[in-house]
Amino acid sequence: MTSKSRTLYDKIWDDHVVVAGSGTPSILYIDLHLIHEVTTPQAFAGLRARGIGVRRPDRTVATADHVTPTVSRNAADAGPLAVEQIRRLEANCEEFGIPFYGIGHERRGIVHVIGPELGLTHPWLTSVCGDSHTSTHGAFGALAFGIGTTEVEHVLATQCLLEHKGLNFAVEFDGRPRPGVTAKDMILKLISEIGIGGGTGHVLEYMGAGIDALDMEGRMTICNMSIEAGARAGLIAPDDTTFRYLSGRPFAPSGEDWDRALERWAGLVSDPDAQYDRRVRIDSGSLQPMISFGTNPSMSAEIDARVPDPAVIADAAERAQMTSALEYMGFTPGETLLDQKVDVVFIGSCTNSRMADLRAAASVFDGRRVSEGVRALVVPGSQQVREQAESEGLDRVFIDAGAEWRESGCSMCIAMNGDKLEPGQRSVSTSNRNFEGRQGQSGRTMLASPLTAAAAAVTGKVSDPRTLLENRS
Amino acid sequence: MMKFQTLTSPASCLDRDDIDTDQIIPARFLRTTERTGLGAHLFEDWRYDADGRPKPGFTLNREGAVEARILIGGRNFGCGSSREHAVWSLLDFGIRAVIAQGFADIFRKNALRNGLLPIDVGAADHAACLAAAAAGQAFTVDLEAKSVTAEGLAFGFDVDPFARTCMLDGVDELEYILKHEDRIAAFEREL
Ligand code: SF4
Repeated sequence: MTSKSRTLYDKIWDDHVVVAGSGTPSILYIDLHLIHEVTTPQAFAGLRARGIGVRRPDRTVATADHVTPTVSRNAADAGPLAVEQIRRLEANCEEFGIPFYGIGHERRGIVHVIGPELGLTHPWLTSVCGDSHTSTHGAFGALAFGIGTTEVEHVLATQCLLEHKGLNFAVEFDGRPRPGVTAKDMILKLISEIGIGGGTGHVLEYMGAGIDALDMEGRMTICNMSIEAGARAGLIAPDDTTFRYLSGRPFAPSGEDWDRALERWAGLVSDPDAQYDRRVRIDSGSLQPMISFGTNPSMSAEIDARVPDPAVIADAAERAQMTSALEYMGFTPGETLLDQKVDVVFIGSCTNSRMADLRAAASVFDGRRVSEGVRALVVPGSQQVREQAESEGLDRVFIDAGAEWRESGCSMCIAMNGDKLEPGQRSVSTSNRNFEGRQGQSGRTMLASPLTAAAAAVTGKVSDPRTLLENRS
Repeated sequence: MMKFQTLTSPASCLDRDDIDTDQIIPARFLRTTERTGLGAHLFEDWRYDADGRPKPGFTLNREGAVEARILIGGRNFGCGSSREHAVWSLLDFGIRAVIAQGFADIFRKNALRNGLLPIDVGAADHAACLAAAAAGQAFTVDLEAKSVTAEGLAFGFDVDPFARTCMLDGVDELEYILKHEDRIAAFEREL
């Protein structure tokens, strides 16, 4: 094993195999288990039915994010079902001794925002959560992936999972993105190229000058959407950017532990001659801002593109899918994406709700007004992000522009808490999924970066954010 | 976990690619603390109009659809979220097997862990299944033999051997992990 050159994924995997499978899946050790209110009640009920406890409450962290209201810190504002789910999680955490960052807690936020922010997510860890965007944490060189509720129960009970190893997929972004082009545009471009099933069975390792140039928040945006390409996980080798981000965070190692950790993490890269089952290269240096026009994230294009014509698609199933997507979105083949009217702008979600995202959005909002008839929501990813943004005065920028400044949570990314699109409304959203009805029944979602979303808010239509940024200098 | 050995049933056809978990069970129905009762909302937004009336063209609203234990999808079935509610809602409706040209990884795992059988088919068998289902034929799925048969139609399929054994015997995977307690404890001592 050691003589063979290995990828980053191979190395993390090998170090966490408790029992290697032969004809059976391997038993994989999980270092960190993040849990939230929506996908856990049935798992705790299962534990109780079997009469077993939580093996490692010290490796488990809970928060409430999906159903929490963003208009207040009172669960009742999201309705009785939300109150019950949150209450249930709180009771389960209390019973089993799991730390819980509930409503009102300063550490609460979207599970994939608080993990890194608190320094819980480290290089080399295995981390899981009953949520598909757990792939976010791969930005730190952690093997992190989403699991179902049955597996949540497995991890609670044993701190282990049954897994078959996946394949290695190298994704090279070979240039630093130009001003006005962001990590979100890079990942939308990748998904538009490989498709939403393009990563199935694979772990994506992102690399290249385009990745090196990104800060941790941009890297998290990229890894977050690995699942939108169907991948099992996304990974980025840790480097000085990673270590600088982690240093001093509440759950990051400190003192001598930090030095030891650094030594270990520094070697956590793919071997130079490591083999990948698949490779793709994206020219991120010449990328334009991207925006989605259809009903899955692979239906994305450069912002100055036209709505595609399904008639030219050879495959009958793909043609039917595109036709139905455009009909759902209310688009006509051949028309431009630019200048399409927008009703709602949502800036938030585990993809784009961190400080860098809010600063970028604020740079567009600053001194401008949200266009007449547009509703703009800015929802920070965590209470800490919210506080930090307020200390920088960003809340004032948003409020003065006429946008709504909210408490943290998933909000209109998944529309479980009352924040939702009305039927037929079109949004430009910084979230990760534009599936039919994702942001509210019959709502129409266009995915884009915080810059592009903010540009849509102030112009009332799909706009190239670079035109607004240019006016600034 | 529910046992699965053989199944004979007509099939419902939903020949769309990339059917995502938000369609299978929209997020607003996830505010539950139970596994049951979700079948009523399976494919809610494709199945019912805004006033809650069944949409006549939708496959699950056909006469006899409630008898079908098999659903035929397109490519990349179950993509999107990790919500196991998608699998629970299919099971609660009465679906025990999904035939598709590929499944999303998390959906596949969730399905296998709940006794819902994901069956991968190639393009030709897929087309034949759709035709047989449209003709109202009954399919027989045999997990032991890893085969699907209908009138004039027979093909084999692959399934993870471990998951297959668990499904055939109705054995829960947690029991298997728990048997390795000593190994887990030894691993933790080295951490
Ligand atoms: S913000 Fe959206 S994608 Fe992220 S965890 Fe919440 S619901 Fe899931």
